[in-house]
Amino acid sequence: MSEKARLMQGNEACTMAAIAAGLEFYAGYPITPSTEIAEMCSEELPKVGGKFIQMEDEIGSISACIGASLTGAKAMTATSGPGFSLMQEAIGYASLCEIPVVIINAQRVGPSTGMPTSPAQGDLMQARWGTHGDHPVIALVPGNVKECYELTFRAFELSEKYRVPVIVLTDEVIGHMREKVVLPDPASYRIPVRAMPQSPADYKPYAADPNGGVPLMAPFGRGYRWHCTGLFHDENGAPSNKPSVASALMRRLNLKVESRADALADYFAEGLEDCDIAVVSFGSSAMAALSAVRRSRSEGYKVGMLRLKTMWPFPSKTVRRLLASAKKILVPEMNLGQLALEIERTAGCERPVIRLGKVNGELFHPDEVFAAIKEAL
Amino acid sequence: MAEFLSYFRQDRLPHIWCPGCGNGTVTAALVRAIDKLGFDKNNIVVVSGIGCSSRAVGYLDFDTLHTTHGRAIAFATGVKLARPSLKVIVITGDGDSAAIGGNHFIHAARRNIDITTIIINNNIYGMTSGQASPMTPHGMLGTTAPYGNIEYNFDLCELAKAAGATYVARATTYHYVLLEDLISKALMHKGFAVVEALSQCPTYFGRKNKIGGAVDTLNWIKDQTINVKAAAALPPEKREGKILIGELHSTEKAEFTQQYLEIIAKVQRANPTHAQNKGVSGCELNSD
Repeated sequence: MSEKARLMQGNEACTMAAIAAGLEFYAGYPITPSTEIAEMCSEELPKVGGKFIQMEDEIGSISACIGASLTGAKAMTATSGPGFSLMQEAIGYASLCEIPVVIINAQRVGPSTGMPTSPAQGDLMQARWGTHGDHPVIALVPGNVKECYELTFRAFELSEKYRVPVIVLTDEVIGHMREKVVLPDPASYRIPVRAMPQSPADYKPYAADPNGGVPLMAPFGRGYRWHCTGLFHDENGAPSNKPSVASALMRRLNLKVESRADALADYFAEGLEDCDIAVVSFGSSAMAALSAVRRSRSEGYKVGMLRLKTMWPFPSKTVRRLLASAKKILVPEMNLGQLALEIERTAGCERPVIRLGKVNGELFHPDEVFAAIKEAL
Repeated sequence: MAEFLSYFRQDRLPHIWCPGCGNGTVTAALVRAIDKLGFDKNNIVVVSGIGCSSRAVGYLDFDTLHTTHGRAIAFATGVKLARPSLKVIVITGDGDSAAIGGNHFIHAARRNIDITTIIINNNIYGMTSGQASPMTPHGMLGTTAPYGNIEYNFDLCELAKAAGATYVARATTYHYVLLEDLISKALMHKGFAVVEALSQCPTYFGRKNKIGGAVDTLNWIKDQTINVKAAAALPPEKREGKILIGELHSTEKAEFTQQYLEIIAKVQRANPTHAQNKGVSGCELNSD
């Protein structure tokens, strides 16, 4: 099959990428603006021998995905704000028990039911800190339909490799927008494969390098007979209250992802080498931001653009390096300053970080960002 | 005895349960039923939620999954649908299955997915030390019902039956032989099978309600029950207020994962060029 161009929606691109990455199990619950993913999975998965189930709620959906993943199946669910909130406890379970699972969150305006059909980017911090306790998580943010495909595929690679839940943060516009996309030839990429132990003899389900190592995961039903528990556990999987066991587990788990923060960094940068103002954004806000940045440059202003594609773990060192020359930083985002907080933390002590938040359910217009740039100059 | 010990992770013993608890009795009945049926240990996944009863899975030498509170059946649904050839068993409690997990319980029953669910009903939240549960009888005491429970408990078996479960039975830890027999039948049933095991919590239920110790609480359970066959011959006034034990419902209905496999076969016949997405470790997901 050669490369061919197709007009498709972001939600469609997420689904096609998941199936290309070897998706075998989807459990979900209808919610705007993610529902097309469930509908498409229900139709497409049986064709490749995969399974779809519409669960009774989002808690059941992610729970079923984790159960399926334990048998060796690549599993995914998709949702939006209210459903993402319901999934948080189980996301923590997957983090602690190190079960690969991919969650697409097509963000809409919240809190609560909010504005179900309007885009927002208010789940940035929830994607990082939504479940209780310190925990590892990876979140990727596509900025267009093509990246919905690329980053969903990447989500499976990372989830399987590091045994961690990976969240793909889209939004109502990215999910529903249609763009021309040239899909890669399936022969051109490697389908992610979960590393497996060699034999059940002396299998220790949580034995790994204490400095952020990833243990080998045995699928259920293969004679390993191991115990998976959301209680803190030792390397044999046995529940433990010992402070030394708890400490070692938590440090390894969190190092597993945090120590790779800059290695996992993925971003788009333009004109940051020598700029008075750096505009930092992500997702659909970055479309207007990039347009405003390019207009600024064409009018002779020194303005650069950084669009983050890996949001969590936050690539602090990379961001500091990329923003080194900027005198001011402007952060347009469809929330009241969640990314701006991270930018202040990593790069803010050196210069002003200007928040440009929008929470009315409308996309940024390039003129709004351009006006903010001019004001900041 | 020794042969049953081989079903336990002996390095994880002793268990955490109180002296006189009924959880061990139900766990023993499950293990003996599995042994009698000759199931392959490597083909069994036992899933549980949170609570005293759910700790049973940690001691059992199968692939075991100790999940979040109330979600055992939802996790089990994923295991079973992803790998229909596995024998999937859920061990849950009355709080886990009838309160926080009630939604998953009725929907799994509605789907008739092939999962055997054993509910250990001790009428109380034991792990958190004695709060009223949806199975605490009206008028009885719990630490959150200090003036007597003004809520009514479910009839879990009627609930399961009404929701679509195709095998429903009830026994008690007093009626051990019946309990083991009903668990065997539930394990052999193709579809969503529920066995409610009435069980004693002497520490928090028996003591709080001044029933007495383990034996007294066991007798208190026994005295409320009547076998469904014996009940059929009794006049209504003699059955009043009694809890029926025995096989309460058994029927045949197309099972969920089997129907799904048939859909896959049908869709693939119509779309023969599609690639197969197989397990990450190369395992065939539709082996049965």
